[in-house]
Parts: sequence; C-alpha cells; structure tokens
Amino acid sequence: MIDLEFIINTVSLGSLYALLSLGLVFVYGILKLVNFAYGEYIMVAGYAMHVIGQNRGIPWYVTMAIAVLLAAAVSYATELVAFRPVRTKSLTALIVTSFAVSVFLQNVVLITISPRSRAVPLPAFFSQTLTLGTATIPVRNLVIIGTTIVLLIGLTFVMKKTVLGIAMRAAADKFTTTRLMGVPANLVISATFIISGLLAGVVAIFWVGRSASVDPLIGAAPLLIAFIATVMGGMHSLVGAVIGGFVYGLLFNILSIMLPATMISYRDAFMFMIVILFLLFRPEGIWRGGYTEERVG
Amino acid sequence: MLTVQNLYASYGAITALHGVSLEVAEGEIVALLGINGAGKSTTLKSITGVLRPVRGSITFLGEEIANKSPESTVKKGISLVPEGRDIFGSLTVEENLRLGAFANRDRARYKTDLDEMFQLFPILKERFHQAGGLLSGGEQQMLAIARALMSRPKLLMLDEPSLGLSPTMTDQIFELISGLHERGTTILLVEQNAERALEIVDRAYLLTTGSLEFSGTPDELRRKVDIASVYFGGEDDDHCEVQL
Ligand SMILES: Nc1ncnc2c1ncn2[C@@H]1O[C@H](COP(=O)(O)OP(=O)(O)OP(=O)(O)O)[C@@H](O)[C@H]1O
Ligand SMILES: [Mg+2]
Repeated sequence: MIDLEFIINTVSLGSLYALLSLGLVFVYGILKLVNFAYGEYIMVAGYAMHVIGQNRGIPWYVTMAIAVLLAAAVSYATELVAFRPVRTKSLTALIVTSFAVSVFLQNVVLITISPRSRAVPLPAFFSQTLTLGTATIPVRNLVIIGTTIVLLIGLTFVMKKTVLGIAMRAAADKFTTTRLMGVPANLVISATFIISGLLAGVVAIFWVGRSASVDPLIGAAPLLIAFIATVMGGMHSLVGAVIGGFVYGLLFNILSIMLPATMISYRDAFMFMIVILFLLFRPEGIWRGGYTEERVG
Repeated sequence: MLTVQNLYASYGAITALHGVSLEVAEGEIVALLGINGAGKSTTLKSITGVLRPVRGSITFLGEEIANKSPESTVKKGISLVPEGRDIFGSLTVEENLRLGAFANRDRARYKTDLDEMFQLFPILKERFHQAGGLLSGGEQQMLAIARALMSRPKLLMLDEPSLGLSPTMTDQIFELISGLHERGTTILLVEQNAERALEIVDRAYLLTTGSLEFSGTPDELRRKVDIASVYFGGEDDDHCEVQL
C-alpha cells in the first residue's frame, strides 16, 4: 500500500498543509494571535478566481496571480483597518476582532455574490493525471510539491538573508527589543500579514482546485487543518508549522488507508484525538521553537 | 544633549517615577544609581519610548521626544543596551549586529562599523555565525553593546551592563565603557556596582523610590551618601541615608 502513489500524494498533501500552517504561524509568531479570519483570505482568492475566470480572454496564470495578490491585499487591509487599532489593547480584543473580520468577509461574498457555491474555472492540467509505472498521479499534486519547494526556498531566503526577514524573526522572539533597534512595529506586522495572505492565496488555488468550486464557508476547513497542524508541529516556529503540515498530511493519509470503510467518515475524529494527545503530552509541539510568549504591547 | 524634566511614569496603578529630572551634556558620562526598584530602568524605558510617560518632558538635542516610539528615538541617536542584555538568542551574532544597524542602513558604513566592532570585541568575529543564545553571559553583554553601537548612537544608555558577570568580565566591560567615553560617546550608565561606576563617571544621580535623592560629582556623592548602605543594604537594608 505504501507505494510511489501513496508517497507522492502524501508529500503533496503535506506540502499544501505546510503552506497552510505557515501562513497561520507567521501572524501567530509576531502577534500571538490565532487569526480566525485566515480561512477567509483563502475564500477571497477562490472568489477572485471565480469572478476573473468568467472572462475567458484572461489566461489562467494571470487569474491565479491576481487571486494570490488579492488575498495578500485583503490580509493587509484587515491588519490596517481591524487589527491595528486594537493591537495594543489585549489579546482577547484581537481574537474577537479576528472572528468579526471572518464573519464580515463571509457576509460580503454572501450578499454580493451568492450564499451558494460557485464554479471556478481551472486550467486543464489541474484534472489530468500522469502514469508512472503502475502509479497514477494527478498532475496537480506534482504542481503542489513544486510550488511548495519554490516557496519554502524563497521564504527561507527572505527570513535568513533580508533585514526585514531577520527583523521578523527577531520580533517573534522579542518584539519591544526589535523596535529598540529602530525596526518599525507596523512594518514588521504588515509584512507578516502580507506573507500570510500570499500563502493563503497560493493554498486557495489548490484547495479550490480539488472541487473546482468556492462557497462562503470554504475557509473553515483549511483554518481548522492549519490550527491542528500547528498544534502538532509547534506554534512557536516556522519550521514547526512546516513539520506539522507534513505530519498532518501523513497521518491523514495513513488513516485513510488503515481505517475500515465504515470508519472513514470518522477520520476527523481520529485527527482530533491525536491533537488532544499532543496537547496533553507535548503541548509545545514536535519542534520546540525558540520563540517566547511576549505579547505585542 | 538630553534633558529630562519632572518625569512621571507608571505601570497601571503603580507610579514608578515621581518627578525625575536629569541632564546629560554632550561628551559626558553620567551614572544613574539606586537600589532595586528605584526606577532606573523605568527612566531609561521612558527615554527610549518603550514606556509612555504620564507627565514631564524629555528633550534630546532640543527636540521633545516624550511619547515618541522606540523606533524613532533610536533613529534620533539614542541607543539602549537593555537590562539583562536582551540579545536575540535564536539569531546569529551576525544577524544581531545587522539588526543593530537597522536604524542606519548604509552598506559601506555597515562594513566599517562591523570591522570596528571586531576590533573592540574580537570574540564576536570568532562567533559571528553562532546563535547569540549560545554565547556566555559576558559575550552576550559584549554583543548587546556592539549591537547598540552599530546604530552609531549619539547617546548610549547602558542598563546594568555588569549584572551577573565575573569580576574579570566586569573589569573588561568597565574598561570598555570608559574607552567608549574617551572616544567621544556620550553615555548614561545605570549600575548596581556603584563603586565601580563612580570611578569612571563625570557625574552621578541617585534615585530612591522614583525620585532623585542626590546629584553631583562622584566625590560629592561619596562624601554625602553611604554607598554601601545604598547597595549592600547595610544594617537597615534598602534604606539609604543622606548625611547633610
Ligand atoms: N512591567 C512592570 N509592571 C509593573 N510594575 C513594574 C514593571 N516594571 C517595573 N515595575 C515597578 O516599577 C518600579 C521601578 O522599577 P525599575 O525596573 O525601574 O527599577 P530599577 O531601578 O531598574 O531596579 P533594578 O535595579 O532591580 O533593575 C518598581 O517598583 C517595580 O516594581
Ligand atoms: Mg532595572
């Protein structure tokens, strides 16, 4: 059962979840906020693909690029308008704000587009498969793996080699001290929201790519997965988020082939059970990061 | 250069500073002394903008800086070596220094400043690619000082730089601080080690529970205040007596 097909599909699922978790942890690292509106950035990108996709004249890659940029722009806009004014108040205020942003964005598309799901046109290769020996592999899965490799290399470069990236890592550890170096608090926070939004946008392409449709509540499932994956991997570091994403993908696929057919629908229950075990026995996650719990004041 | 007037600062309901006034002239080295909890760090936090003062004024080079953000005060030329070093432990020595130079980004200047830091602290060159958290306490203190110097501050403030260091390391740090002063850096030094601090400073302020108890030259301070009673508690622990 553990064959090439399983491996590629698992790596691909893990890659997608790694990007997903990374986007959530970027913001968490700096603000210590689990951004419940994160799933809505994915939804926004999905609707962008739906709307722009109506126009057949626009090539798919342009559509996708706009969708990704729009997710980043919306993420940045929510930071400016919603999170910045309450940032210095309390963590509770931030969390409540993120719920409000989530519900607000859902309602915007519900009212302006439709409460029901909408089709998202995708390029043909998204539904094609490739045969390697006995293995049948969706091309989409290979694209996910490739995209993830490129993004992880790019992000590693940004975080290790650019001053802004170094400042973001420093700020996740000691926010006030980072400001004492002359790093503007707003710059760092905006940058993390933009990166988080970019990741959400990329994830959206593949998430929406599975069903070729988008609906107002599409963000709920990825948010939950990102949350579970980061709890498993470690909330306090970017590496932990990536590990958590891959572990989630692996556990999920193992459960899928191990569970008897009658129990497949309880797969999520098993995932939650694993999370509870993590919270009980290893609350800091698989990867112990160096970040502290200092709040942004 | 720096003038603090009638400064009040509080943490919620606790008022930590009750009208502190002090002055540091260009080229001077000034000590701010006092027992634990006197409000020394609070004074520095107010100057850097980490803490918003409740009342009072802070002017630097003629400009009002009370209520300015920490990122803007460092750009104006005030750099702090925080209490407990506070280096970025998960970042390498190099990354710590690069952030130190954030306020003053100029590739060529960065290189010369870095070479200068290597001269001052050869150990940092050896440990350049190591995580800051892996350095010893004294090495971390050097890194914290180097990091603060990377912004080419006009005023360098140090919060208990000798805290937790061995006597040899303390000697080195004090030597370094007087060296920096001789090179023309203006310094405001907070120290527990009052005897050592008084050896190298031009003037000193003594803070007791949020207000100034005394200010003057080291000799005047030694004459009027029983330093030992300030720091080592003497018989009547944290109380200090001014003999007028
Ligand atoms: N974050 C804080 N929250 C509440 N109160 C604080 C905080 N920091 C300091 N204080 C209080 O403010 C007063 C002054 O503290 P401060 O840190 O300025 O003292 P200090 O002179 O630097 O002492 P030390 O020599 O121990 O560093 C103390 O009474 C302290 O309890
Ligand atoms: Mg202190």
